[in-house]
Amino acid sequence: MLHDPRLLVGHSTGDDAAVYQLAPDLVLVQTVDFFTPVVDDPFLFGQIAAANALSDIYAMGARPLLALNIVGFPSCLGESVLHEILRGGAEKVKEAGALLAGGHSIADEEPKYGLAVTGTARPEEIWSNAGASPGDELILTKPLGTGVFLTAYKVDLAPSTEFGRVCHSMASLNAAAAAAARKIGVSACTDITGFGLLGHAYEMAAASGVDITFFLSAIPFFPGARDLARQGLVPAGTYRNREYLAGKVELPPGVEDEVSDLLFDPQTSGGLLFAVSADRSPLLLTELKRRGIPAARIGRVEPARGLEPRLFVEC
Amino acid sequence: MEEKRVDARGKACPLPVIETKKAIESLTSGRVVTIVDNAVARDNVLKLARSLNLPVDVVTEGHNFILTITKEGARLDSAPEAETAPVAVAERSGRGTVILVLTDAIGRPVEELGRVLTKSFFYALTESTPAPAAVIFLNGGVRLTTAGSEVISSLKTLEKQGVEILSCGTCLDYLNLKDKLEVGSVSNMFTIVEKLLTAEKVITIS
Repeated sequence: MLHDPRLLVGHSTGDDAAVYQLAPDLVLVQTVDFFTPVVDDPFLFGQIAAANALSDIYAMGARPLLALNIVGFPSCLGESVLHEILRGGAEKVKEAGALLAGGHSIADEEPKYGLAVTGTARPEEIWSNAGASPGDELILTKPLGTGVFLTAYKVDLAPSTEFGRVCHSMASLNAAAAAAARKIGVSACTDITGFGLLGHAYEMAAASGVDITFFLSAIPFFPGARDLARQGLVPAGTYRNREYLAGKVELPPGVEDEVSDLLFDPQTSGGLLFAVSADRSPLLLTELKRRGIPAARIGRVEPARGLEPRLFVEC
Repeated sequence: MEEKRVDARGKACPLPVIETKKAIESLTSGRVVTIVDNAVARDNVLKLARSLNLPVDVVTEGHNFILTITKEGARLDSAPEAETAPVAVAERSGRGTVILVLTDAIGRPVEELGRVLTKSFFYALTESTPAPAAVIFLNGGVRLTTAGSEVISSLKTLEKQGVEILSCGTCLDYLNLKDKLEVGSVSNMFTIVEKLLTAEKVITIS
């Protein structure tokens, strides 16, 4: 691959978006994300897909400017469904303060929707995966468990009140969390999506050359998620994530499967995971709570003990 | 011992779990043998069995995994009282009787009276010993297991006593009631015929 010094963040650190230096004081941040429907309600699906795509911009510390729709849609489905999906997406783009500037659609067997998003930041505002240093604390801004809920939802086994909370969370932008972090100052950030909490934390640990220890009892799960995991409503992605991290994660002895499954549970439109210095950590928590974000301090960054970064989970 | 087989090969998660769960629910006691062809499905079905406190055995055969789950009169909820429940179920159950319900209003010609009778019939059934093994609802009978029915609470009581409550899927479909089922499970004609053929006694309510 061609190396260009203006590409500040490419895919080598497993970051959330590409960062390109346009001028000494301006960087361009670009990302794209789309997926097949996770819920039957097209408007809600549009909101979730858009919130998920915009999240990569927030996870880099940037502000979204422009978004383009990416649509796959079967000709046999009614236009009104497509209309609702796009309306849900447009609402989230507007909420993000960005402009929806068009897009592209193709005929496809299964509906797909997402966004390509362009954002900007000043170079010093960028949070990469690589900035976590020993002594930092880790703060997570959304509970875990969307994977088991979406698996249960497919077969009508998701309890409706609890699933409503999960949907609300998935459709929520990470904008306010990012704004709080920008105000306080953080050392690294990623958003929690398909690789689950431990998968994305591992990328942060690897990029930063550190170990991470999690406090299991402090990690927030959606109410009902443990029950669903216990019943075996565990998506295939959980097993892939667990397999990928085999030998890299030390779980406490005797931890229940249903709990460890949720640590590997792939998230749709999950929260942001911040590494923040210990003295700023309480300030950030207060700032996040003030903005109504259910944030929790779930771990700390430690010096790497071995050659390879490792994750530890304590009871 | 009754045995149900679930061939979930080639099916993506969570279908193997759901099909196994339905099979377990449809049995009062017996064995469910589920065949899957990947480790994810194997582990998820194992989790399901453990969450229901049912013993499970796994055998690997080539690329397939064969899971045998044994249910012995235990109720399908993982609530702690399940440990004491099987005794009560055994005392109450008349293992051989199946009640076939074809209407939501017993007898003719007065329909309003029929509804009153239906209500008191199911209430009386909850108080009677021995309880039937199963109550099967066909045609208009499925109006009794779906939203708006006045006998849901009686049927739920029966279900808690270990009585299997089955509604015919075709009938639910035909009457547009499939998403309105409030008690018991959806069944198909093969299961229903099997229940009727193996019953010691069938009582028809029409």
